[in-house]
Amino acid sequence: MSMTGARILLECLRQEEVRHIFGYPGGVALPLYDALYDTEDVQHFLVRHEQGAAHMADGYARASGKVGVCLATSGPGATNLVTGLATAYMDSVPVVAITGQVRTHVIGKDAFQEADITGITAPITKHNYLIKNVADLPRMVAEAFHIARTGRPGPVLLDVPMDVSIATLDWEPSQYVRDPDIPSYKPTTRGHERQIRKAAEAIDRAERPVMFVGGGAIISGADEEVRELAHRRNILVTTSLMGKGIIDETDPLALGMLGMHGTAYANHAVHNCDLLIAIGVRFDDRVTGRLDRFATGASVIHIDIDPAEIGKIRMPDVPIVGDVKSVLSELLQHIRPAEPTEWNAKIREWQERFPLAYPSDGKLYAEYVINRQMEATGRDAIMATDVGQHQMWAAQHYRCRRPRQWVTSGGLGTMGFGLPAAIGAQVACPDKRVLCLSGDGSFQMCIQELMTATVYKLPLIVSIINNRSLGMVRQWQELFYNQRYSEVDLEASPDFVKLTEAYGGIGLRATTPEEYNQALEIALKVDDRPVVIDCVIPTEELVYPMIPSGQSVDDMRTRANIEELKPSVDEDAETWSFEDTEKALEEYVAKNQTDDDLQKGEK
Amino acid sequence: MADPGATAVKSSAQQHVISVLVANHPGVLARVAGLFARRGYNIESLAVSITDKPDMSRMTIVVGGDESVLEQITKQLNKLIEVVRVADYSDGPAVERELGLIKVNAEPKNRGEILQIVEVFRGRVIDMSDRTFVIEVTGSADKLDKVAELLGTYGIREMVRTGAIAMARGARTA
Repeated sequence: MSMTGARILLECLRQEEVRHIFGYPGGVALPLYDALYDTEDVQHFLVRHEQGAAHMADGYARASGKVGVCLATSGPGATNLVTGLATAYMDSVPVVAITGQVRTHVIGKDAFQEADITGITAPITKHNYLIKNVADLPRMVAEAFHIARTGRPGPVLLDVPMDVSIATLDWEPSQYVRDPDIPSYKPTTRGHERQIRKAAEAIDRAERPVMFVGGGAIISGADEEVRELAHRRNILVTTSLMGKGIIDETDPLALGMLGMHGTAYANHAVHNCDLLIAIGVRFDDRVTGRLDRFATGASVIHIDIDPAEIGKIRMPDVPIVGDVKSVLSELLQHIRPAEPTEWNAKIREWQERFPLAYPSDGKLYAEYVINRQMEATGRDAIMATDVGQHQMWAAQHYRCRRPRQWVTSGGLGTMGFGLPAAIGAQVACPDKRVLCLSGDGSFQMCIQELMTATVYKLPLIVSIINNRSLGMVRQWQELFYNQRYSEVDLEASPDFVKLTEAYGGIGLRATTPEEYNQALEIALKVDDRPVVIDCVIPTEELVYPMIPSGQSVDDMRTRANIEELKPSVDEDAETWSFEDTEKALEEYVAKNQTDDDLQKGEK
Repeated sequence: MADPGATAVKSSAQQHVISVLVANHPGVLARVAGLFARRGYNIESLAVSITDKPDMSRMTIVVGGDESVLEQITKQLNKLIEVVRVADYSDGPAVERELGLIKVNAEPKNRGEILQIVEVFRGRVIDMSDRTFVIEVTGSADKLDKVAELLGTYGIREMVRTGAIAMARGARTA
């Protein structure tokens, strides 16, 4: 059957079972949009800015595990995708971006709306294609989807010149080959047997093991295996920001997040452990801080599907390249059950005695907003965040129940990600409640997508943690730049309530916990439009605990003041004792309690 | 006399000769070069050519850095979809060759000496004018460095070098 390139592209998407596309039309994308016009089983979401389309495809993929698809025209349309693709690339999210391109014979001639988008996106995509011949189109689309979702996933861009979209080819959808063979692309999924056995022996020998689990385990769908390993051997589990939800965060073995704003007990556990089982993580600097002080006494098992991550930052003692789920299920065959040890008891004790805490003085705090939302939705809602203080508070306090419940820009730290990602997540999971936690800074970076949420009747609940400033930058200026608050004042912002109403959503404001309760109650009854709750919190609030950039757990700072904690471990000591850590934690809690009436975070 | 270029490619702490076999697609050179640039790896030289397979090209890259840098380079290169295989010639015995063209001042009084140097290094004079020679030399990078150093006495006007290419000894292939 003779078909146009545009028609073939749409048929290929159908073969890939793509049901939703986020996009924005334009000149050379016209043939693609014309083909879309009578494709009934592929729903297109018209965004308000292409960056929104990329983040929506990303949020869609994170929430569902399926490949997210976005579509834009050439030139500015394509370049507007860049931030979204870089975000997806850093967090290994499978996205296929399709861009229109000027006709092949004018490529390189500075044609109207021409941009070298394959050149521009080469460093921020797993791979990209400029399709110069319609005959290559079906194969390249199939390769794009295959590359995006397999191995270490990532975004792939398909650049489709207009003449390729309108050229015809004799082709049948039945000729489409899903997951084609690409000779130069063979990800290793099965771990090396001997290495796995070595890992099992190391686990068997370990007296103070800790599991450190990241986004790779979520992508791999290894939640059962992670839980089984933890429970069979009674190993404590901390996660990276990307690993939240791999284990129910109310599980007695769950320690919450590790790193700069991680829990005190997770950081001290890793600092004192003798075996770190690193699973699908890449030892980000926000986790390790100063590398030569990170888990110095520990042997490291590092499991990752990307060989380039092994030894990139921390040289492991037992490296295993492979798919986390496959490696862990092999590993589990060699793991014998073990009872909780004194080590477990110690950390459990720290955990209970030194919880994340925040003041209850009648004012509204971000932590309250997060805990209240979590209770009100039975910890079942998908939480999409923006980037900044609110993101870290959410990472600390929002206790996920399952994987893919937590949608956040980890690696790139993209402000403006939250709202469009929440939209993508809601489209992917229409039966789930989707929450978005944003800040007054972040929210204004993709605010136009409120219209998209309204048009498609998406009942998102957006809580803006409004401190009238760029809080995280302000926090660094307070702590490390002598309180010289340079360009962080957002006192001049729109009225978010009126603004939301202008976009057709419901706008509410909360300045006290009671007001927030009421607002949330109203929001939870709405099912046909977005609700934005402007949560007015004190400007001065800082995120604690905090390990300053490039420092170690010894330098952890606490809520009440910024005096440094004493070193927790005597580095010259031959035997490990927890006395110093204990002392440090005592001080930590003592400082915390100088704020009157601290309340425990939701457990 | 032993050919100075015939020694095995040594694994120095600072330099490695690696072979990168790539699918012969447009833009693949830009991907490889871009990877080196953005990850901060040093390219000492780069030679690209066709191979015995029509759909493959080979890049021979001389890179600077210690073993851990080389390991990262190899792994990152392997992540590029179009890279079929990466091999380090220092893993075994190999031969390395580079071609250089040197345009050197050749006043009549110096020509005898210059021709002697060319003879010792088994180079050839492939062009001459009343004041210059163009000299062709092949061999290892070390050998070309040495020739350039000696000819430098007379004044080098221009030098072009291909960058090293290499091949494993025996039946082994990269």
